[in-house]
Amino acid sequence: MAMALDTTIEQTALVQAATSESRVARYTLITISLVFLALILALPLAAVFHEAFRKGTAAFTSALQDPETLSAIKLTLIVAGIAVPLNLVFGVAAAWAIAKFEFRGKAFLTTLIDLPFSVSPVISGLVFVILFGSQSLLGPVLKSYGIQILFAVPGLVLATVFVTFPFVARELIPLMQEQGTADEEAALSLGASGWQTFWHVTLPNIKWGLLYGVLLCNARAMGEFGAVSVVSGHIRGETNTMPLQVEILYNEYNFVAAFAVATLLALLALVTLVLKTLLEIKFSDEIAASRRH
Amino acid sequence: MEVRVQNIVKQFERFPALKDVSLDIRSGELIALLGPSGSGKTTLLRLIAGLESPTAGQIFFGDEDASLKTVQERNIGFVFQHYALFRHMTVLDNISFGLRIRKADRRPAKADIRARAMELIDLVQLSGMEKRYPAQLSGGQRQRVALARAMAVEPNVLLLDEPFGALDAQVRKELRRWLRDIHNRTGHTTVFVTHDQEEALELADRVVVMSQGKIEQAGTPDEIYDAPNSPFVFSFIGQSNILPVRVESGQIWLEDRPIGVESAGTADGTANLHFRPHDIGLQDGCGGCLAGIVTTSRRVAGKRHVELDIGQQHARVEIELPADHPATEGSRVAFRPTRFKLFQA
Repeated sequence: MAMALDTTIEQTALVQAATSESRVARYTLITISLVFLALILALPLAAVFHEAFRKGTAAFTSALQDPETLSAIKLTLIVAGIAVPLNLVFGVAAAWAIAKFEFRGKAFLTTLIDLPFSVSPVISGLVFVILFGSQSLLGPVLKSYGIQILFAVPGLVLATVFVTFPFVARELIPLMQEQGTADEEAALSLGASGWQTFWHVTLPNIKWGLLYGVLLCNARAMGEFGAVSVVSGHIRGETNTMPLQVEILYNEYNFVAAFAVATLLALLALVTLVLKTLLEIKFSDEIAASRRH
Repeated sequence: MEVRVQNIVKQFERFPALKDVSLDIRSGELIALLGPSGSGKTTLLRLIAGLESPTAGQIFFGDEDASLKTVQERNIGFVFQHYALFRHMTVLDNISFGLRIRKADRRPAKADIRARAMELIDLVQLSGMEKRYPAQLSGGQRQRVALARAMAVEPNVLLLDEPFGALDAQVRKELRRWLRDIHNRTGHTTVFVTHDQEEALELADRVVVMSQGKIEQAGTPDEIYDAPNSPFVFSFIGQSNILPVRVESGQIWLEDRPIGVESAGTADGTANLHFRPHDIGLQDGCGGCLAGIVTTSRRVAGKRHVELDIGQQHARVEIELPADHPATEGSRVAFRPTRFKLFQA
């Protein structure tokens, strides 16, 4: 009996579980991933901070106090401050429509929401140049009323809204689809109005997913380069956002200043990453994205 | 409150869910909508609630036409199959929700809302749990919160969609008795949907059997069980056997012999004989009876369930015998149905 037991134990140890790799294979894969991450992500990030502080803290702070840089930071905050709330509203509305109603062209709308992800940001910017440029139909009309879209804040906001539209909607659609409409029906049957139902029932049900989507949306809104670059016109101190300012400073060989602004963007990315991870750990079952990926 | 459903038709995109359904629900009645899935029972419930709107027909609450009213205006209590409790609210907040969200002119004072909710918590036997969240409750407890929440608004009618569907057998039985008790104490007009006939027959004052978007029969549990008016109801409710027979001048024949049962007033011709396994009388000899060879014999609790092979067509029939009956496989058993129904073949 004891003999038989021994052999089975030995056998189980000898035979590998089907899904586990050999020790060598595992360590090789882990090493490759780590080296790759170090080279592609960690090293550049470290370089950004290193370059920024190369001439000392004083140079770093004075670079950030340059009026043009300050204006770029301010503009970025303004653009994100308008684009993110807009996309919050659009995203919730689109997700609500797709998740809770049945209508013709629903699949088309879902695809359309993903469009900004599949289109090159340069095209996203160019679309607005074509729409509102001086050669376009709309541009001169608006100009005659004194409304400037391109090379001004409205153009920057439009391009940013376009590029960051999918983040909130994409996050909420699967979440709302999964939650169904029973909670809303329950609230309605108890006499709640549509608005009360949204405020007291729907919104609390999606709040963590919404926050997660807003976080990603904000990170992208502040960091967007391509689309914004096309519509901005690069007017110094007026239409340059932070990413554009980095480019300009860099092209002028003002490396310390360029990297100083870049550190702010890198910090934004790191804060976003930390918050995103915290949300995922804490509310994983209420965030659709963490299950999808 | 009395609820009258009048010639309701509901057409979903392609398929008809309800075809001309009429039903009178008396005030204070506990009524069950019973049927297989796809029979339209849940659709009917949702139409009464106002969660769906009918393609044609009307629904009256008392003398008032409720068809044009929204779900909010109908003042109903709806208990959802999976309860749909608000997960971010405590038990107390869930139950008081319907009162808290009322407009100021109809909203009771804060203290009154709390008192009413606590009273309901007491009624549904959840005292001490008012601060818990739905996730911290068992299935049966959630069900009771959902019921209390629906009752808090003093609804005209209480509507329950498969109220015990998601619970395990033991809890289900307990809650069933408890729901009957609550109904007796509060007297709300109550409609519940179920596919479980035992639940419907045990709990309801009246059972409405539905199939394919139509009401097959509405009646007391006894009427439904003892006098089913269609082959569907007969075979859907309880166990039943079906034998193809022939009627000749009032006598019922199976193949080449009479079975010793008369059916006066039935037109001659072929028919289907329906009878229940326990509605039979054993016969010694067989000068007009049903007789067959035992194919299986199982002891089930206090009864013996015997399956017989009858006639040249080898029809299968199940009958119930006393547990001590010596029927074994291969032996021969003769009987007559004591209570039966003939339906046109």
